[in-house]
Amino acid sequence: MARVELRGVTKAFGLVRAVQKADITFEEGSFTTLLGPSGCGKTTILRMISGLESPTSGDILIGDQRVNEIPIHKRNLGLVFQNYALFPHKTIAENIAFGLKYRSVEKSEMQERVKNALEVVRLPGVEDRYPAQLSGGQQQRIALARAIVIEPSVLLLDEPLSALDANLREEMRVELTAIQHRIGVTTIFVTHDQSEALAMSDRIIVMSAGNVEQVGTPREVYNAPRSEFVANFLGAANILQGEVVDSGPDGVAVDNEVFGTFPVSNGDLDGLRPGDPVRVVMRAEKVKLSRAPHGDGMAAAGQGSVEAVDYQGQVVRYFIRSGECQLQVIDMIEDRPFAVDEQVFVGVRGVDCSIVRS
Amino acid sequence: MRAWTLIKAYTALVYVFMFAPIAVVLLLAFNDSQFGGFPIEGFSFRWFHELMQNEAIIRAFRTSFALGLLTAVIATTIGIMASLALVRYSFPGKNLVSTLLIAPILVPETVLAVGLLIFLRWLSVPRSFFLLLVGHVIIAIPFVVLVVQARLVGIRREYEEASRSLGANPLQTFFQVTLPLLMPAVFAGALFAFTISFDNITATIFWRPSGSETVPTQIFGMLRHSVSPEINALGFVMIVLTVGIPLLAGGLARYFSRKQT
Repeated sequence: MARVELRGVTKAFGLVRAVQKADITFEEGSFTTLLGPSGCGKTTILRMISGLESPTSGDILIGDQRVNEIPIHKRNLGLVFQNYALFPHKTIAENIAFGLKYRSVEKSEMQERVKNALEVVRLPGVEDRYPAQLSGGQQQRIALARAIVIEPSVLLLDEPLSALDANLREEMRVELTAIQHRIGVTTIFVTHDQSEALAMSDRIIVMSAGNVEQVGTPREVYNAPRSEFVANFLGAANILQGEVVDSGPDGVAVDNEVFGTFPVSNGDLDGLRPGDPVRVVMRAEKVKLSRAPHGDGMAAAGQGSVEAVDYQGQVVRYFIRSGECQLQVIDMIEDRPFAVDEQVFVGVRGVDCSIVRS
Repeated sequence: MRAWTLIKAYTALVYVFMFAPIAVVLLLAFNDSQFGGFPIEGFSFRWFHELMQNEAIIRAFRTSFALGLLTAVIATTIGIMASLALVRYSFPGKNLVSTLLIAPILVPETVLAVGLLIFLRWLSVPRSFFLLLVGHVIIAIPFVVLVVQARLVGIRREYEEASRSLGANPLQTFFQVTLPLLMPAVFAGALFAFTISFDNITATIFWRPSGSETVPTQIFGMLRHSVSPEINALGFVMIVLTVGIPLLAGGLARYFSRKQT
């Protein structure tokens, strides 16, 4: 077990900078997710930590050791791939024992550890089968067993759940987190799936176009996005244009077409002055709809008409039109859903508004 | 309907045209006649027996076998290494190297043969078994490279990456993971190389050291005098070897790979 640190790491492929001056610390024993769309550099970071790529500049440290020049097979890492990458010509037992062969482990101990690893991933008794005889979910468990049986100092997971179907994915999500907690290995997880990131991580690193956009706990990045990108990438958000009309020590007053003038005290408030254009993030599920005007609890209130209704069973997604502006609202159904063209009152609480850089 | 009947008849004739000569050889090999042609006068193994007694043919067989096996081993080894370089690594001039490796297929064999001969004369190197072997390897490499490369492209890098992440160095990874997954192509490539070498006559005529014969050049030499019935028997043996070995190998390969899937 060890902490992993990136110091000013840049990776260029030709003229393309896949990762730009990344300074990231992955704490010992933590579960950290690199989250972002494809091409944001998250996989490149994982591959650099594993040693499959080497950084163009900057240092990578595992534990207290600089590993830039250490080849992958000497880094003692567990690596799990999206498509499992189990050796098709070897049995399950041979697959799991593969890493132990290079670690001078006794034959009897090897068998014991293979057996234990299979119990950890809850697939005992499949030692003599071949990978093709197992289902996708089972194969991914074996891939995990193969990676943890060597007691790696860091566990690297490259979209390990993406190839599984939806139900299995959620099941594996819970199980993977449980296994990680049990063995306590420093884990770095790469995904483009925000719900995986939110559900599994101690910490999320949101990336975009080679840059780290935000680092924080799942609740921090979800509730207090620091940029428009983060707000849009995690969940459904409304980003409203506005203008600062007043500023004070606790926040600013913003004027907007839908909500009129309202106070905002969260987000990136540094150095805002009256007249500055700003963007205000309101999460779709934090916007409240009502047939009667909202009471005093709402910091911002406005009016609009229901333009479209997207019924999803447990929730409904509404598109509300108010002048030039369209709002997205996700609402739990309490009694009767709103109908198209119905006039509604829109309200948002002060804590649910925050200002972002664009 | 009439059109279909015509097409069917035509197709049948194409096959007859292609396979009748082979069938004739197979049939006449057992003909108990002094002359290597029709009519068939009785069934006998006589010519096979004669074949066994013919020192020159036995010697030619030995040469061809040794040549074929060595060609297969060398061409396959070089072919695997070349394919790995071309598929797994990038280096300047890669396309040129790739084209040059495949080029011997495209160049007419006679030209290749004369070219190598002139080159060796220029170097004042006498013809020898070793040079014949080098020539056969050059002719066989493109086939090995094409077959192995095609398979290697289909083997995902993740297998090798997984192996290395688990502590195997690049060489261990090759022998533990890449080579076993590549085996069917290696096998096919080696068979190709063997058959190409075993069959080759055009280039061999130019390259063989004087006094040394391979099976095809031996047959060619014998034909200059007359069509001996022995040649039919020899043809039978050649056909059985060049058709039978790949078929057997293919069957074995399928049998062994079935266990994994």
